Amino acid sequence: MNNKKTELLVAALENGTVIDHIPSELVFTIAQLLELEKLNSSVTIGYNLTSKKIGKKGVIKVADKFFSDEEISRLSVVAPNVVLSIIRNFDVVEKKEVITPDELHGIVRCSNPKCITNNEPMSTYFHVVDKQAGTLKCHYCEKEQNKSKVKLV
Amino acid sequence: MTKSFVTIADLSKEKIMSLLEAAARFEENPNRKTLDGKVIATLFFEPSTRTRLSFETAVNRLGGRVIGFSDAATSSSSKGESLKDTIMMVGNYADLIVMRHHLEGAARYASEVSPVPIINAGDGANQHPSQTMLDLYSIYKTQGTLENLNIYLVGDLKYGRTVHSLLMAMRHFNPQFHFIAPKELAMPNEYKIYCKEHGINYVEHTDFNEETIADADILYMTRVQRERFTDLMEYERVKDVYILKADMLKGTRDNLRILHPLPRVNEIATDVDDSPKAYYFQQAKNGLYVREALICDCLGINEK
Ligand SMILES: [Zn+2]
Repeated sequence: MNNKKTELLVAALENGTVIDHIPSELVFTIAQLLELEKLNSSVTIGYNLTSKKIGKKGVIKVADKFFSDEEISRLSVVAPNVVLSIIRNFDVVEKKEVITPDELHGIVRCSNPKCITNNEPMSTYFHVVDKQAGTLKCHYCEKEQNKSKVKLV
Repeated sequence: MTKSFVTIADLSKEKIMSLLEAAARFEENPNRKTLDGKVIATLFFEPSTRTRLSFETAVNRLGGRVIGFSDAATSSSSKGESLKDTIMMVGNYADLIVMRHHLEGAARYASEVSPVPIINAGDGANQHPSQTMLDLYSIYKTQGTLENLNIYLVGDLKYGRTVHSLLMAMRHFNPQFHFIAPKELAMPNEYKIYCKEHGINYVEHTDFNEETIADADILYMTRVQRERFTDLMEYERVKDVYILKADMLKGTRDNLRILHPLPRVNEIATDVDDSPKAYYFQQAKNGLYVREALICDCLGINEK
């Protein structure tokens, strides 16, 4: 019953992308990383919906938008486990997972306060040196840091 | 992309050797007209008289001219100008920029926006690659090779940026390292991991005496600073342990040479200065030849 109500709240999508089973606290971060505020097509964001699997969940539906791998890879730092469903003509035609890229441009902040990137109007740039352990190395100050400790820009 | 010199980390063995050979040619003949008509900027956002004088002497001895500033208070960055804007402005005037900055990664960023090559003369705690090159040159010159040497690093191995860069640069040459430091200033784990990843052998010691250094080819001394200690009791306990005195040199090898990035405070007793094994003053002089070589390399000039 509950499930049905939830479905009713979120309109079905003809073409576009659905990200389901998002831990609620990550919904707005993901929206920000995917720059949804810049889109003109309709975007539906569900927040604190009841999920049997993860308690509270979020869902994002974006009409007429198919994210590039580069755009999706921006989620690798905070939400590496979300899955994007590609919808065409009301059907899921593909499921895309987040792939950790070799480099992160302008996504996270360097944790070194004496790094040039924290003191100059410029974009950050990290090399992902260990994808398994989540080790990032700042291209500028050369400090290694773990992705669990860095903040988004 | 212009040819900048920003970090020691990505220099190949061939590149290091060709720079050292160029430095040797400049030592034979340091006064030339190579940079006639060229303008070199020295932008010292953070003051360092020693390094600046060394670079400016190198330019002058090669017949070039120098513009720049010796501390940020007299530059436009004190008015809030961004680093990029300062570099773009100076890049209009100079053929090459030598810069020192207190922020880490500043030289890398400058090299990405600059229309002319950048030489990093120190970026905070990160890199000081011309110092590393002069350390390598000093080792090469005194030992006749960089291969298979016993190198002892003494003192502050935790914060000492010069020892970290030297360690990384030596990875090509199969060194045997000895790390001699108090516990609080021991070599950080990330560099020990670096050693393991690059097959560099090392032994750690906390005591520093005649026996520990008996097999040394190079003794690289650094300063143990009081302000680095969280436990001042520990500082009082170790402050006199890492001081090199002349009588400790008795049993050491004839080819041993003592290096120090300078300035020295009391970590090398003055009675060592008279030993033929003391090399730290010549080491500083080598900086001139190395910097002549670096400047020419960045400008694409191949001097014979
Ligand atoms: Zn950084």
